Amino acid sequence: MTRLLDAADVTGGYGPVQVLFGLDLVVDEGEVVVVLGANGAGKTTTLRALCGMIPAKGTVTFAGESIIGKKPDDIVRRGVAHVPQGRGTFADLTVEENLRAGAYVRKDDEIPADIDRWYTTFPRLAERRDQAAGSMSGGEQQMLAIARALMSRPHLLLLDEPSLGLAPLITRELFTQLADLNRETGMTMLVVEQNANLALDIADRGYVLEAGAIVTSGTAAELKSDEAVRKAYLGY
Amino acid sequence: MELFLDRLVIGLGQGAIYALLALALVLIYRSTGLLNFAQGEMALFSTYMTWQLIEWGLPLVVAVIVSMILSFIGGAFIERAIIRPVGDVEHNPLSIVIVTIGLFLAFNALVGWVWGTDGRIFPKALTTTLNLGVTTVSWQTVVTLGVLVAELVVLYLVFQKTKLGLALRAVASNSESSRLVGIRVGRMLMFGWGLAATVGALGGSLYASTLTTLDPSLMAVLLIYAFAAATLGGFDSPVGAVVGGLIVGVVTVMAEGYISWIGGDLKLAFAFFLILVVLMVRPQGLFGKEQVKRV
Amino acid sequence: MTATSPSSGTTRRASVAPPSGVFSNPRRLVVRVVATVVIGAILIYLPQYYPAFRVGQFNTVICFAIAALGLNLLTGYNGQISVGHGAFFGVGAYTTAILVADHGWPHFATLAAAGVIAFVLGVLVGIPALRIRGLYLALVTLALATVFPQIIKRFSDVTGGAQGMRVPKFRAPDWTGLKDDQWKYYVLLTCAVVAFVLVRNVVRSRVGRALIATRDNETAAAVLGVNLAFYKVVTFGLSAMLAGMAGSLSVFNDPFVNADKYGINLSIFLLVAVVVGGAATIFGPAFGAFFIVFLPDWLPKSYPQLSPVLFGAALILLMMVAPGGFLGGVHQLTAWAKRRLRSSSGDPPAAAASPGPTSGTTGPGDELA
Repeated sequence: MTRLLDAADVTGGYGPVQVLFGLDLVVDEGEVVVVLGANGAGKTTTLRALCGMIPAKGTVTFAGESIIGKKPDDIVRRGVAHVPQGRGTFADLTVEENLRAGAYVRKDDEIPADIDRWYTTFPRLAERRDQAAGSMSGGEQQMLAIARALMSRPHLLLLDEPSLGLAPLITRELFTQLADLNRETGMTMLVVEQNANLALDIADRGYVLEAGAIVTSGTAAELKSDEAVRKAYLGY
Repeated sequence: MELFLDRLVIGLGQGAIYALLALALVLIYRSTGLLNFAQGEMALFSTYMTWQLIEWGLPLVVAVIVSMILSFIGGAFIERAIIRPVGDVEHNPLSIVIVTIGLFLAFNALVGWVWGTDGRIFPKALTTTLNLGVTTVSWQTVVTLGVLVAELVVLYLVFQKTKLGLALRAVASNSESSRLVGIRVGRMLMFGWGLAATVGALGGSLYASTLTTLDPSLMAVLLIYAFAAATLGGFDSPVGAVVGGLIVGVVTVMAEGYISWIGGDLKLAFAFFLILVVLMVRPQGLFGKEQVKRV
Repeated sequence: MTATSPSSGTTRRASVAPPSGVFSNPRRLVVRVVATVVIGAILIYLPQYYPAFRVGQFNTVICFAIAALGLNLLTGYNGQISVGHGAFFGVGAYTTAILVADHGWPHFATLAAAGVIAFVLGVLVGIPALRIRGLYLALVTLALATVFPQIIKRFSDVTGGAQGMRVPKFRAPDWTGLKDDQWKYYVLLTCAVVAFVLVRNVVRSRVGRALIATRDNETAAAVLGVNLAFYKVVTFGLSAMLAGMAGSLSVFNDPFVNADKYGINLSIFLLVAVVVGGAATIFGPAFGAFFIVFLPDWLPKSYPQLSPVLFGAALILLMMVAPGGFLGGVHQLTAWAKRRLRSSSGDPPAAAASPGPTSGTTGPGDELA
């Protein structure tokens, strides 16, 4: 199994406020890896640092090449797609336009075929294809954001708190779809999540982030049975 | 009846001019979310460039085209060098206002410094009029309206049917997400400003050829009318800019004509009240999209 | 399963700077008193030293400073951008002009009238302004500033129209033994001091905090119980009142009113004064007013047409380099200096806050997860 993402000793933050203090994590091809942590631990900052949205130091290699210090649009072109926190859909554009925007970096002619494919996977998006994205519900926008990210045919999908602001039922459905996606297509995913239960159910491995650094790591099963993790994040 | 039609035609002619500048304002807003208070003075500078090129022997149409190209480059440069370093409009609206005011002052004074403050003669493109039986229309007005329609068609095609247009709209909608799909946001912003400057150059040159004189005070008052037009039409709608401009033109001329109390002086006050009322009652204008702000 | 401990032993969050009790309180108080006395003495001495022309310029500075103070309250502290305060200034000026010239009012009485009228107008503008935000408000006020001179000219029988009005002079009473310009100076200065002290007290009170909270995050302020509409409208009224009174005082200084003096240029200059001096600072407006009055004197005289270009360019540069204006820049420098001093003595770095024109700290806002 190839190592797709390798991050070591990553530090970064916002201006004078440092948030990440030497982060280490790896993601291998085909895996679903989750990063758990409380609010303020640095989860979103981690993803932002990995895809170049904030200045960061340390070592980050993707598919063997260093991406530290590169800009987001460069990193996207290398095959990383980021579904940001809060969905980040283009509210003023239609669903179809959002998907086309997702394929911005591609120059091939299979884009319409891909759009149809994701319409099949997410039928609710197909129903609303000419509707403004901003008028859809949170769950639908989350699906759109994921589909948009997938339009670039990434090797690695980063998801930032996909459950945020969604009803429990929708979240459950969402995570099931993510699991299906990984099983059927082998899409590698790095999911940052507060909802540890759901996240560990679909994950292969996980990390626990506290105050800007990894404090615990292991397989999903190991984390679920670890007493400290259970007490702090799983609620029992 | 004849008076009404005459006034209508004059109003449409004036409105077309407002629409020209309003279109540039809308383009800037659409691509960067800013209101550019310097738009009029930038268009003024472009118009003087056109005049200079004509002085140097270029035919009118060629001069306008060259001026448009140079304005595109200038507009893109200004975005990169001056607007972008200041920060984004959400967090720092005051800085943006000051910077565009700075540009306003600088461009206006620059024009006066380079070309002097005396009026210059600008060649009129067309002097003939078209007789419609009940009233006459100058060909100038017809051409201006024609140019407006052509601009709208081109802009529509670019924004709605091209990948570039999609990227521009994506950046205006959510610049962070645009980065995440690989759009080079900086380049899109520069393009938006360049495009607006180009439209402004065309508009200014048409305006000057209507008036046949060119002096530094040309654009200041026009800017307010153009803002009124863009506000009425909706800042994110090019069609709105044109329709808004025509409406503002017709309504102000009618008001001036039929309500003697308003007279020439208060035409501008009328435009001001229009802006105020629209922003209060229907801030997205006639054709704009309603902005939904989620808490 | 591995558990990696945090990398360093001590606290890893950026620590907040200790309260600036580098000086203990009594010492700071002494410094302040001394500074006030010294500055006060200089200010009192100025008109004795300088010729009438200069003093006249100082008087103009004082008037603009009061107007900028008002504008700063609205734009700097409350976040409502107005490019139209020249109109309020003009309203105050014309109120005084008309009342003194045509109705024989004594000058001082007109000051109150100007204040009241300007306040009412400010409230009238402030109410629709509730629904208009940011750049759009700037646009509306810009349009207002452009329209004001035209309205004045339209009602020329009352206002003197384009020719303007000449107003009886504001003379120094004999018992003072002062020359006219000096008398004007002291009167204006007293008014300014009163205005600045009042504003300072407002800003530091609960009201002031409500204003700033509204500027930084309206939703949060509303949730916390701040009556947004009330505060925003009253602030508009107060800021217009100060501008109007400043306009009234300007007629004390210069007895000639003319519509073109109170148009878009003045409005722009007032906003520039606020930003250049330092938005959301108490004394910024004073520095800014000084700047806008004396800058034309400092610029090279050889190319007079070039000076607005340089002015415009200077504004742009300022926004890039020091959005907090003069006082903001000073604050940045002292904070930077303090940080250097502390880091060289080994303390953890402080979370610095660089004051921009609108908000206190830079950063992503609420995203620290």
